Amino acid sequence: MIAMLPVPAVDPVLDTESWWWQPLAIVGLKVLVVFIIGLVGTMFMVWFERKIVAGMQNRIGPDKAGPFGLLQTLADGIKLFFKEDLIPERSDRFVFKLAPFLAFVPAFLIWSVIPLGGDFTDGRDGTVEWFGQITRVQLADPPVGVLLVLALSSIAVYGVMLAGWSSGSKYPLLGSVRASAQMISYEAALGLSLAAVLMAAGTLSTSGIVAAQDQLTDWHLLSTGVVPFVVFLIAMTAELNRPPFDLVEAEQEIVGGFHTEYSSIRFALFFLAEFMNVISMSALLVTLFLGGPQPLLIGSFDLFAVLGPFGGTAWLLLKVFLFLYVYVWFRATLPRLRYDQLMDLGWKVLIPVALGWFLLLAALQLGRDNDLSQVGYVTLVIVCLVVLGLGYLLFTAAISVARRNRDREGAAY
Amino acid sequence: MEPTTTSYLVLAALLFGIGATGLMIRRNPLVMFMCIELMLNAVNLTFVALATRFSDIDGQTAVFFVMVVAAAEVVVGLGIIISIMRRRPGATVDDLAELKG
Amino acid sequence: MELIVFVLASAMVLSGAIGVVLFRNPVHAALGLVLTLFGVAVHFVSMEAHFLAAVQVIVYAGAIVVLFLFVIMLLGVDRAEDLTIEPLKLQRPVAIVLGAGVTVLVAGAVVRGADTLGRETNASAPGDSNIRALARSLYSDHVLAFELTSVLLIVAVAGTVVLTRRLKKSEG
Repeated sequence: MIAMLPVPAVDPVLDTESWWWQPLAIVGLKVLVVFIIGLVGTMFMVWFERKIVAGMQNRIGPDKAGPFGLLQTLADGIKLFFKEDLIPERSDRFVFKLAPFLAFVPAFLIWSVIPLGGDFTDGRDGTVEWFGQITRVQLADPPVGVLLVLALSSIAVYGVMLAGWSSGSKYPLLGSVRASAQMISYEAALGLSLAAVLMAAGTLSTSGIVAAQDQLTDWHLLSTGVVPFVVFLIAMTAELNRPPFDLVEAEQEIVGGFHTEYSSIRFALFFLAEFMNVISMSALLVTLFLGGPQPLLIGSFDLFAVLGPFGGTAWLLLKVFLFLYVYVWFRATLPRLRYDQLMDLGWKVLIPVALGWFLLLAALQLGRDNDLSQVGYVTLVIVCLVVLGLGYLLFTAAISVARRNRDREGAAY
Repeated sequence: MEPTTTSYLVLAALLFGIGATGLMIRRNPLVMFMCIELMLNAVNLTFVALATRFSDIDGQTAVFFVMVVAAAEVVVGLGIIISIMRRRPGATVDDLAELKG
Repeated sequence: MELIVFVLASAMVLSGAIGVVLFRNPVHAALGLVLTLFGVAVHFVSMEAHFLAAVQVIVYAGAIVVLFLFVIMLLGVDRAEDLTIEPLKLQRPVAIVLGAGVTVLVAGAVVRGADTLGRETNASAPGDSNIRALARSLYSDHVLAFELTSVLLIVAVAGTVVLTRRLKKSEG
């Protein structure tokens, strides 16, 4: 029998004896900030994407509404609001109305566990002092932070799946079946690459993961080897149904995919959710692999030191911005995958690679924990590589046997 | 006033009862499967409630195993349902008496 | 505060469960199941089982119910079931009586046995997050069971693939 262990309170602001207006004000402020960041960020992202893609295609892009066309998204949003709200005759009315919210709410909730900033100057641990209370710059810091994000991203499948089904027409159904198969397949790769980070950080809480990356060499991008990062980036792109993995809404094949039948504000909710997911998952990627709001020091020079306690936020925004650009870049340059290529990439490449790399990292960690001698360490690595090599041989043998059998017997699928 | 362990156990009993009733009433194999999931969840609830009550983590470990077994069970069960439905579309559990002599 | 959470989550659990039993359309029943699963996850959080709450949502809501929906859509059995047809006379009344009997029996036993639980010792703080303790329990005392469940999962997956695979030769 193992007794339950007490662990310190979740957020220092809730740990104080004097419960008066300060904690309430702080929590309220955080909710407001998260909400505003979500909406404004999405607005910016839509404009940014259109502008960059236009640039890459030698077009101008939106430039009429506001300076540089910045208010174009707002104009589009207002237009969508006032459009007629159509509900198809053969739809399942209740589920049809529910689905956009199931897509939209998880996209928003992911923000609640992302560390949005903090004071990391001179080796501080990221807590800040507001209204005389010590707190972290994130809405909630549950002990299972990263798992919460995984849970939310698995809920996001429902929005897509039910939207397609409830529309009561062919193309949306095809789109949603594609979407759910894709999202479930890539969730495994996502989780396995995440496990490498969790092992390196030794915690599930997002603030703990950020705190574990206070040196550049501790950034999980480097300390876990670049492989989990690459796997995570690809799996995340697939989770988000972004190009080149956007078979869910492949216009040439299935019209608009799962949201073909949606119009007006309900369509706007799907649209918002999609772009908000891009930003929040980029923020997650930065939190997991690039130290979140931790500064990138050149020597001891901090680029945003002038901003004081807001420097962390500036660093986070800069890093997130980088990945937003990468996503737009993917979209503008990569051709869409075929369905069998998509499944092959997920199941036959990403999952085995992530799993093998995780085993290697685990063995190395075990060696470090047990203080192995130099000879022992080398032996460990060699044994591990031999095992992985054998695994790879078995794997390729299994694939080739399966292919031969399929050619001979011919499976329907 | 705070919810006691007994209130959690009563809730679990209600959930279990609803699941069991559903299992006996419904004839669609998929919905019957969902009712089994309800009953499993009721049991999970009691495990966690008592684990918290006695500050013993083993109750939570048991829930973990229940979840894994439930996942395996659903995979196999749905596989069987798919292969049945392919032969006899729209089959209910009452139609599955093919082996009767 | 805890009482409010308890009441709301219990309402979710029970209404979802009743929905599973009464909705005629399997997709709606699956949504009722999701509601119940979320209610149970909320209960887990309020009982400090954070890890299980997360796993509950990821595994149950995120994988198992999605699998259900997938099969429903794949087979096209999403038409509403006619609940008025009753092939076995008296099956339904008997089932309801039996179900109610089981519920009353179990609930009665639980209430009567409440004394054997002993007096509540500081129910609000039985220990915070238990993720480490759970991991230690899984990988030390129950490591054999843990390995066996992984074997079970592999067997289940392989079995399902064999079960649902259709060869061109054997069937047209």
